[in-house]
Amino acid sequence: MSQVLEPDPAAPSRWIAARRASDVQVTQAITAPLLTSPGRVWWLSLLVSGIISLWFLVAVVWLFDQGIGIWGVNSTIVWGVAIANYVWWIGIGNAGTLISAMLLLTRQKWRGSINRFAEAMTLFAVAIAGLMPIMHLGRPIYAYWLAPYPNTMALWPQWRSALVWDFWAIVSYLLFSILFWYVSLIPDLATMRDRTRSYAGQRFYGALALGWRGSARHWSRLQTLHSTMAALGVPLVCSVHSIVGLDFAASLMPGWQEAIFPPYFVVGAMYSGFAMVVVLALVIRWGFGLQAIITRRHFEVIGRVLLMSSIVMGYSYATEWFMAWYGGEHRERGLVAFEFTGTYAPMYWALLACNVAIPQLLWLPRLRRSLPVLLAIAIAINVGMWLERILIVWNTLSHGYMPSLWRSFHFTFWDWSFLIAPLGLFALLFLVFVRLVPAVSMFDMRELAHEEGVA
Amino acid sequence: MSTTYLAEYRDIERLQIALARVKQTPHQALDAFTPYPVEGLDDELGFRPSHIRTAMLLGGLAVAAVAFGLQWYSATIDYPINSGGRPLNSWQVFLLVPFEVGVFAAALSGVIAFLWSCGLPRLHHPLFDVPGFERATQDHYFLLAAAGNDGASDLRQVLQDAGAVVVTELRAP
Repeated sequence: MSQVLEPDPAAPSRWIAARRASDVQVTQAITAPLLTSPGRVWWLSLLVSGIISLWFLVAVVWLFDQGIGIWGVNSTIVWGVAIANYVWWIGIGNAGTLISAMLLLTRQKWRGSINRFAEAMTLFAVAIAGLMPIMHLGRPIYAYWLAPYPNTMALWPQWRSALVWDFWAIVSYLLFSILFWYVSLIPDLATMRDRTRSYAGQRFYGALALGWRGSARHWSRLQTLHSTMAALGVPLVCSVHSIVGLDFAASLMPGWQEAIFPPYFVVGAMYSGFAMVVVLALVIRWGFGLQAIITRRHFEVIGRVLLMSSIVMGYSYATEWFMAWYGGEHRERGLVAFEFTGTYAPMYWALLACNVAIPQLLWLPRLRRSLPVLLAIAIAINVGMWLERILIVWNTLSHGYMPSLWRSFHFTFWDWSFLIAPLGLFALLFLVFVRLVPAVSMFDMRELAHEEGVA
Repeated sequence: MSTTYLAEYRDIERLQIALARVKQTPHQALDAFTPYPVEGLDDELGFRPSHIRTAMLLGGLAVAAVAFGLQWYSATIDYPINSGGRPLNSWQVFLLVPFEVGVFAAALSGVIAFLWSCGLPRLHHPLFDVPGFERATQDHYFLLAAAGNDGASDLRQVLQDAGAVVVTELRAP
């Protein structure tokens, strides 16, 4: 693909790796992939992810037909892959809005290159996460009972239940994220409306752009709205994942009664989400030839955030061990011993390696600046975070207060399906997104180019 | 009826020069159209701050209050359940749901207030008929100005001198 913005490592700007990035060049570089034919790699990826999504559909239909007994869950380990997936996906889903809102509030200029697709990542991940608890219900047809509505049974939801909190948190957060994403998308949709040649495209983008004209009055109000939403979004994100943490912390099982769970879940969410952003950013940068817009510097900064988060995660794990020892409760101590030496010990060690040990490589500037190394670390973090989620479920449930109830979880084919197939659906949604909507915020990039003096 | 002009500029500097000059004349600068948010442009054009944040606060608080009231009513009056000896009005726990829906309601009120105050959605606007206006969302900068009494040709000159690519006179349809 010919590049409008020629990447130049010696560029004067910190966040745009090109000598010049005029309004036209920025617009062309970002819209070109949407207005040209997608190419063979995209179609092939679409085909593969489409097939995997179909596999997901088959798995869901089979689950609804047969019940959750098709998984490895049993009467002791009543939670399994679906719950771990829920926590993992919503963690990734939290990060997009959190990253975008926090970087906006702290006036980090470099957010312009990554906020759009990070927020899209949020939408798709939260949508997938929201399915998981429903699929884990014994009778999913009654999922709507979570909503309060006047009914002939004269029943109300149990407002003290963590499941009800989850319902409201996910629904509010998903809707909020859609609004937050859409508000910052309106000006770029107008650009697409004005650049598209096809009649259908003009209608499509024209309707979605709501008649945006770029008026100074509109810009000023859009910014007021967007920054206020960002200020609301940060506490919302923290509360959403804290509520997920409360699913565990509000119980009485050993290993789950920890006050640190809500903040520790929030940091874990940001951690896995940033790691996912690295993966997606590398794919978009390579696929669309946006080397000048998503620069090596961006990856270095994200590398530092990952390093910092890995240290906080290590601290959180250490707090769990310390509190178990210091609290003196027999079963709590036994649980920590079980984590390190029991049935799932290899996975626990792998978790510590992926989440705490391997990311320490980012201390070395040479490794931090190497994109293949950063990609490998990001994937390791995502694997490690999933292991963390599943082990929080398994360790506690496998090793509760009653030794006669101790059992192990064994993966079935359908557990694997629910682990892998949602990734295909996520990829499918993302592939469609990058073809329909500019993956990088154009007006933010124009503003950045002007501020950096390269426009 | 005064004459209105739309002047097209290649860069923001020229637009700002034109805006400063128009403000020194009896003519009136109405609006500017730019491909990215230009800091301070709304102040220079003399726009008053909007009430979007007030709307967000009110919308958020109202919905949060309704959510809390719903929980309180259902848990204490309509369907009281003794759940492990907890008080029927477990207000600490009942704050979670109002917070979540309140934030969403604030965002939704903000979006509605934003659209309302901007007069959007408005899929068609007379400005879209001006040739070249589609570049306002890409790379060109437009200034909309209305001539004061009998000064139409003078305003055109001012806009032109600041370096306009083209100045279009807008006519009422």
